Amino acid sequence: MIAMLAVPLLGAAVLVVFPGPARHPWYGAAVSGVTLVLALALAVRFDHTRAARPQFTVDVPWIPGLGLRFHLGIDGISLPLVVLTALLTFLCFVHLVRHRPEQGRIRALVIALLVLEVGMTGTFLALDLLLFFVFFEIVLVPMYFVIAVWGGAGRRAAAVKFILYTLLGSALLLLGLLLVWAHAGTLDMVRLAQAQGAGLSRAVQIIAFLAIGLGLAVKAPMWPLHTWLPAAHTEAPTVGSVLLAGVLLKMGTYGFARIAIPVLPEGAAALAPWLGAFAVAGIVYGSLACLAQRDLKRMIAYSSVGHMGFVLLGLATLTPVGMNAALFGNIAHGLITGLLFFVAGGIKERYGTTELPRLGTGMLARLPYLGSLLTFACVASLGLPGLAGFWGEMLALLGAFQPAAGLSRPLFLVFMAVGGVGTVLTAAYFLRMLSHLTHGRPPAGTIGGGSRGAALLDVSAYELAAWTPLVVLTVVLGLWPKALLSLTDPVVQAYLGTR
Amino acid sequence: MSTLTAAPITAPTIEYGELAPMLIIFGAAMIGVLVEAFTPRYLRKSIQMPITVLSMVGAFALTVWQGVRGVRSAAAMGAIAVDGPSLFIWGAILLLAIVSVLLINDDDHFVAEAAAVPGSAEEDQALSQGGAHTEIYPLVLFAVGGMMLFPAANDLLIMFVALEVMSLPLYLLCGLARRRRLLSQEAAMKYFLLGAFSSAFFLYGTALLYGFAGSVDLKAIATALSTVGGQDALLFIGAATLGVGLLFKIGAAPFQAWKPDVYQGSPTPITALMASGTLIAAFGALLRVFWVALGDLDAEWTPVLWGVAILTMVVGAVLAITQTDIKRMLAYSSIAHTGFLLTAVVATGKESQNANALSGILFYLLAYGFATVGAFAVVTMVRDPGGEAGHLSRWAGLGKRSPLLAGIFALFLLAFAGIPLTSGFFGKYAVFAAAVAGGAVQLVIVGVVTSAMAAFFYVRVIVLMFFSDPAPEGPTIAVPSMGTAAVVTLSAAATVVLGVFPQPVLDLAHTAAQSLFVR
Repeated sequence: MIAMLAVPLLGAAVLVVFPGPARHPWYGAAVSGVTLVLALALAVRFDHTRAARPQFTVDVPWIPGLGLRFHLGIDGISLPLVVLTALLTFLCFVHLVRHRPEQGRIRALVIALLVLEVGMTGTFLALDLLLFFVFFEIVLVPMYFVIAVWGGAGRRAAAVKFILYTLLGSALLLLGLLLVWAHAGTLDMVRLAQAQGAGLSRAVQIIAFLAIGLGLAVKAPMWPLHTWLPAAHTEAPTVGSVLLAGVLLKMGTYGFARIAIPVLPEGAAALAPWLGAFAVAGIVYGSLACLAQRDLKRMIAYSSVGHMGFVLLGLATLTPVGMNAALFGNIAHGLITGLLFFVAGGIKERYGTTELPRLGTGMLARLPYLGSLLTFACVASLGLPGLAGFWGEMLALLGAFQPAAGLSRPLFLVFMAVGGVGTVLTAAYFLRMLSHLTHGRPPAGTIGGGSRGAALLDVSAYELAAWTPLVVLTVVLGLWPKALLSLTDPVVQAYLGTR
Repeated sequence: MSTLTAAPITAPTIEYGELAPMLIIFGAAMIGVLVEAFTPRYLRKSIQMPITVLSMVGAFALTVWQGVRGVRSAAAMGAIAVDGPSLFIWGAILLLAIVSVLLINDDDHFVAEAAAVPGSAEEDQALSQGGAHTEIYPLVLFAVGGMMLFPAANDLLIMFVALEVMSLPLYLLCGLARRRRLLSQEAAMKYFLLGAFSSAFFLYGTALLYGFAGSVDLKAIATALSTVGGQDALLFIGAATLGVGLLFKIGAAPFQAWKPDVYQGSPTPITALMASGTLIAAFGALLRVFWVALGDLDAEWTPVLWGVAILTMVVGAVLAITQTDIKRMLAYSSIAHTGFLLTAVVATGKESQNANALSGILFYLLAYGFATVGAFAVVTMVRDPGGEAGHLSRWAGLGKRSPLLAGIFALFLLAFAGIPLTSGFFGKYAVFAAAVAGGAVQLVIVGVVTSAMAAFFYVRVIVLMFFSDPAPEGPTIAVPSMGTAAVVTLSAAATVVLGVFPQPVLDLAHTAAQSLFVR
């Protein structure tokens, strides 16, 4: 359990002390590979019949003076995310072995990614509010450096925007945590969730939910707090974009499912309509913005805003269906968008640009493998039934059809209808992009304004190795969603008190 | 005449043992003055330095010993309180003073002769005649002694004496910078004038409170609050002017104007001493006056301090963003941190709540002190031909020239910003947690928002160091002497250790705060 955190941390420390020879990405892949094996071992040994209870718990006092305990555990909703984190980090390193960013030192990048992995995994494992916050913050610093050092042309502005937004968000989060602590007298998430808000007055719950919710919504990101995201995603290097979209955004929505809703049920009930409204606004806004994008990476970034809107809508319904949808959507989005960013990174490497007009047409003819992978990722992302993206959106809309008692049903029906329009728009922009990019005749002789000529390599072995697991998992989860839902459902039922 | 002579005078009892740490410091300061008078010039530095450091180490050891013995009493007829908070503060001040002295000893930060230009023939001449100012050491010792007496004083007059003993040497030290003489002298002048002004306020407040309570003893004033009636004007004006004097010393807005100028102009080692030691001492005194003497008047002073805290945080954070000089930026950041600390000062309530708030403040002060000294030590090492490279643009690309130094400075900045796993995070958390528990939620809202703003300008410096291209004629990195290297290492270690494993120090602060202030 602790090894999940210790391995990448030690790996990073060793690399800091011993610079070693130049095979740093291999080293990173090895370290994160060990972490992945550990995560899979946890998943195998995980007792699926008792998914609602935290398992493999570690609970030792760290700083008793501040009531901070080193309390880790894993249950049905954190297990998939932990595995996802370990998987994506590992795949990023595999990708990095061959496809290095253009500038910056590779050793520092490996260190930053390993530290990032510690923070991300810790966030999902933490069962103590303050510990959660500590890990939540640890993620910021390496991510900031990843964007600022190895990013694209506008990286500095993007990095500053990223750190400003998220620091302000964490400040609010801290405030909310302090409020919960001051009134409930404990920071233990398990006990707080079991108490279901007992001991917290309605007013306190609303204020605390507002503070925690805003803090998490910045991360998620919820419209209109999303404006850091397109810049950060576009400028970050491929591995940075993958981890940002695949894992970092999940920390926000995971926080809602883990902290905000179970610990503050009354606050959640009072503010859920607002959350839902912003969520559907995000869905529609995200898709409309995508229609207007001329840059592939930027388009994927905006599509994340839309997808996370579905996740937030699922959460806002406060029903088991909606919550499960949200948690499912989290994982599905992590896999699919991770793949999308990998492919977009691959395109950028080959064409030297991700601007749609300059990419030209006919990718399927020119680079058949890359083109088909892009097509696959796009249709998965637009929610084609049979692939992972479908269930998260469908179940979220289903949840909105029958929201929890106490929430206005007509209002959520409106949300559902608007969200439905959003799915159509999502399909529209992805198909439009595909029809433009992959079909048609390749321009004769040149590509993308093409000084590079026709000698473009199709998908490399390393890329294939990094991308295949994502493709497989997307199909598996699409055909057999129960694998994931049976994990998350017991926890959700316990949190919502419906069992 | 006869009545005066008739009354027998009883000699006051003075608990020398308990006051020993302070007496050692003052004693060493006196010896230092004698050394100045009677030893040849070339020997002075080699005598002064050991005296200073050894006396501080000795005083620290005695403080620890008293802490272990559990001394909790008002010594010297109740004029000086040797209680948990005092001992903790003494320990903190002494530690930080030792570190600062290593920095002071290090290099030629101080002017040899007032009119000599650095590197000029006059300076060489003054130096060859042994004109270097070794009286810096006794001056520092006096200042440190004053810093120790200030928060321990249980009596407004003693507190005033301590204030002067602490401030006068500092006024002098401020003016002794070797480079940028005019700036340094201006700083000293400003500090002196404004400081004198605030001392006058303090004294005036003391007099008015004496008029109200008939005593300058803090405990007697506290008792008088409930027994004396009909003198509210004296009480309120007295408390207000006293408060002005104290708020000036901690540099709370709207009395913060001196801080940037003085921090910028002073020799950097002295700035480090002031930014850590003086702040701790002044906070101790502020707490003692407001919690002990005026504790039952909290309904009246709490709203005022609320306003001051909010103003301080906002002014510190906002103005820091616009700074272009590294030392001025650190000064404004110190103002912002003063504001964060004030949020816990107003978070009074039951006894356990007060103890929590106090232990949070004590921990924060120590953590901040170490990070500050370390940061200023790094500032001394980044040099231009004309002295330290103060302008922020000169720091561009430092990460490429000297990754280690820039990395350590980034660590201190992250600690100021309160990122977890540095000392700053737990300090801030402890203070804000106490404030929320004490019902000051709105203050904490302002606190977290301004600390996010403050984080922005710390991050900006990190960006500048690591991601900007170095200036072609960029500053040189001085090879650190043993002293400076030790200071930087020690501060960085303290920042990390207090950020990962703060429990022992938190325990210490907690035990120190349990008994609250002796009355």
